[in-house]
Amino acid sequence: MNASLLRIREIRKRFGTREVLRGISLEVAEGELLTVLGESGSGKTTLLRLIAGFEQADSGEILMSGERIDELPSYKRPVNTVFQQYALFPHMNVKENVAYGLRVTGVASSEATQRADQALAQVKMTEFASSSPTKLSGGQQQRVALARALVNRPKLLLLDEPLSALDANLRRQMQSELKSLQREVGISFVFVTHDQDEAMALSDRIALLRDGLLEQIASPSEIYNRPATAYCAAFIGKTNLVRAEVKAGQVSAGALRWRAAQQDGLVLFSIRPESIRVAGGAAQNGYVRFVARITQQMFQGPTRVVSLECGDGTRLEARLRGDTELATQSEFEFDAADAVAVKETA
Amino acid sequence: MYSRAYKSAVTLPPVAWVTLFLLCAYVILFAHSFWSVRDGQIVRDFTLGNYKQIASSPLYLQVLFRSMKIAGAVTLFALLLGYPVAYYLSFNSRHKNLLFQLVIVPLWVSYLVRAYAWKTILGSDGVLNTSLQFLHFTHEPVSALLYSPFAVVLTLTHIYTPFAFLPIFAALEHIPRNLIEASHDLGGTPLQTFWRVILPLSLPGVVAGATFAFVLSLGDFLAPILVGGPSGIMISNIVVSLFGAAYDWPLGAAISLCMLILVVGLLFATERLEKRFSYQ
Repeated sequence: MNASLLRIREIRKRFGTREVLRGISLEVAEGELLTVLGESGSGKTTLLRLIAGFEQADSGEILMSGERIDELPSYKRPVNTVFQQYALFPHMNVKENVAYGLRVTGVASSEATQRADQALAQVKMTEFASSSPTKLSGGQQQRVALARALVNRPKLLLLDEPLSALDANLRRQMQSELKSLQREVGISFVFVTHDQDEAMALSDRIALLRDGLLEQIASPSEIYNRPATAYCAAFIGKTNLVRAEVKAGQVSAGALRWRAAQQDGLVLFSIRPESIRVAGGAAQNGYVRFVARITQQMFQGPTRVVSLECGDGTRLEARLRGDTELATQSEFEFDAADAVAVKETA
Repeated sequence: MYSRAYKSAVTLPPVAWVTLFLLCAYVILFAHSFWSVRDGQIVRDFTLGNYKQIASSPLYLQVLFRSMKIAGAVTLFALLLGYPVAYYLSFNSRHKNLLFQLVIVPLWVSYLVRAYAWKTILGSDGVLNTSLQFLHFTHEPVSALLYSPFAVVLTLTHIYTPFAFLPIFAALEHIPRNLIEASHDLGGTPLQTFWRVILPLSLPGVVAGATFAFVLSLGDFLAPILVGGPSGIMISNIVVSLFGAAYDWPLGAAISLCMLILVVGLLFATERLEKRFSYQ
């Protein structure tokens, strides 16, 4: 990982009696795209607003390149924000909006014009330079907001659910554009979203927030394959949570049995639906086989989601490839290594 | 849906009211302005004499000009007082409702009471003069305080500032707060944010507030009577006396119509200005 650019230490924030952030610490590396993912009310937007300087933390520190910025007013912080509703100035045209940050910080007007043109070209909005932002579509306003935030050349760009107001197709297109733009300009992005697919598609790392606490911070593949908590496993992708008893390395959950290096006691395991497959041929080492009844099948294009019920009543979901006909009672298996022990979530 | 009878029963009274007391009144006024008075009798023969008299008499033009100066001064002061209060209320939301009520509460008090209050404050035995003498700033009462254009401007400013405040406050309340955050985010200091974002976006409210203050004080005739004195006479006082003691309705009607045209023209202009400044 590159050198750390932004460092947040033990940030707490309370609104009235509600503690919105309960001690968050995380780092953002140079050139990294970090997604802050969480449900509404998880505190993700508040975290962003604290970094931008629109709110003051009750305790904790925010450092940028080693210097504290949490005591600076927002107009002195080397970060810029893309707002959820874009927040374009309605009394200025597109180019004036983009040049605003340069004008107020005293950049010479010839240079400001040139840089604003450049930023507009970067987001392919040159032809709209003299339009009023109120006349633009959501996607176009989004691009202008992006150009306006990037023109100041911030060290860090904050994006507050910037794509949530766009329709699905446009959102996917903007996701890929955002990602290539981020590579192009090479600055760090902190991207707030509640959409886990968006987070998986865009991020170098995902910070999953829940009720003002950091649940897990890891790369998309790690957070998907090795979720730290039951909440992570269930929030990012779909999963089967199986409660099992561990005794001397032997795991038993109803009819399912396998070996795992776990402490004795009750342990929660996450088994992704796609790690379950139809059993065929001789049993392989390390695979857990079980017989289950198929209660429902949902066709989803390349895969289908099959609801299973084991003899002891345990319910599992499996995501199967292919469309072979299955008997109502069939034998299935999964690799014991794909059963990930996760922390219980209160 | 509603029956025809019900609809006309509901709409007829207000239409009749407006027709009778507004439209008819204007028609009568309009007709009178082209008539004249001879030997205490109104002569119903068409003449432009009244308008000629207005245009050629320095007195009427002078008073009209003074009325506009007073109304202009009231507008300026009402904006200078109303804007900061509206700004403070809108952006410091702590006691918003309470403070808002405090600004509005003078509107519940009768106009006359408020005007008389200034008479008591400014008079030669008034609160202000007594205090000034007590503190030995002067030895005798300052008579210029009362019965002067200054007193009229002061009283009207007090009375009409809430009318300027209200539309400004409404305009400020309508500015999306994320625009202000965006300005700060992009490096705009609070002062730059005010000049470049808040003020331009509140201009429709400023124009509306200015229009209220100007039009209402231009047509005012009570404050000049109570605190104005001879030098504080305004155009409406002349109209009042022409319709009253002087018994020259035609001339009074002509002056009234001139005022009406002036005000309606002003309203048209400011409405266009408001539209030009609004973006929603």
